[in-house]
Amino acid sequence: MSILHIVNKSPYERNSVALAVDYMRDGDTLLLIEDAVYTVMQGGKAASIIDGQKAVVLGPDLAARGIAKEKMIDGVEVVDYAGFVDLVEASDKTQSWL
Amino acid sequence: MKLTVQVNEGPYQHQASDSAYHFTKAALEKGHEIFRVFFYHDGVNNGTRLTTPPQDDRNVVARWSELAEKHDLDLVICVAAAQRRGIVDEGEAERNGKDATNIAPGFRISGLGQLIEGGIQSDRLVVFGD
Repeated sequence: MSILHIVNKSPYERNSVALAVDYMRDGDTLLLIEDAVYTVMQGGKAASIIDGQKAVVLGPDLAARGIAKEKMIDGVEVVDYAGFVDLVEASDKTQSWL
Repeated sequence: MKLTVQVNEGPYQHQASDSAYHFTKAALEKGHEIFRVFFYHDGVNNGTRLTTPPQDDRNVVARWSELAEKHDLDLVICVAAAQRRGIVDEGEAERNGKDATNIAPGFRISGLGQLIEGGIQSDRLVVFGD
């Protein structure tokens, strides 16, 4: 049973990213969309929250917030909306951490 | 894959409706089936045809209507949330004695059971909100 955890809150505003990570089990994926993309900023205090997790970030939301790929931490995959759909399909369930 | 999408926020207030739209569009382009899009809470405000956003801005409501027409989507607005917020179709206008309707093309008003059915009938339920 794999779950796609979808988070849309900035880790500097709410603790949803940390909460989702706490609930993640082997095989789960974390998808950062909307303001949650701020998690992957290099040098950001919140970047370490997703250390060692399978984390994916939505490219259009990164671009909308002016976060260039070279300003991202390593080890995070970038997807577009088609990739978002693929992640939903690849997981058994989705959980939006609203 | 069969999908139901839930939208909990209104247009221009939160990114949820935009995210849901782009996700739904991408899923359709990949050949997946959208069983239903369910608009709940402030999300019902995505279904009023009376909005007039500036011409150089995206028209969130019209965009949903166009997608529904192109792909024969079932866009369902929660009736209790709609009554609270003044989203009205012919049936609701008659039932509640209102002098006008404002529901946008492609949308229909129905109950929460439609969301539950979407969850049961679909392979995945994806929720967008605040």
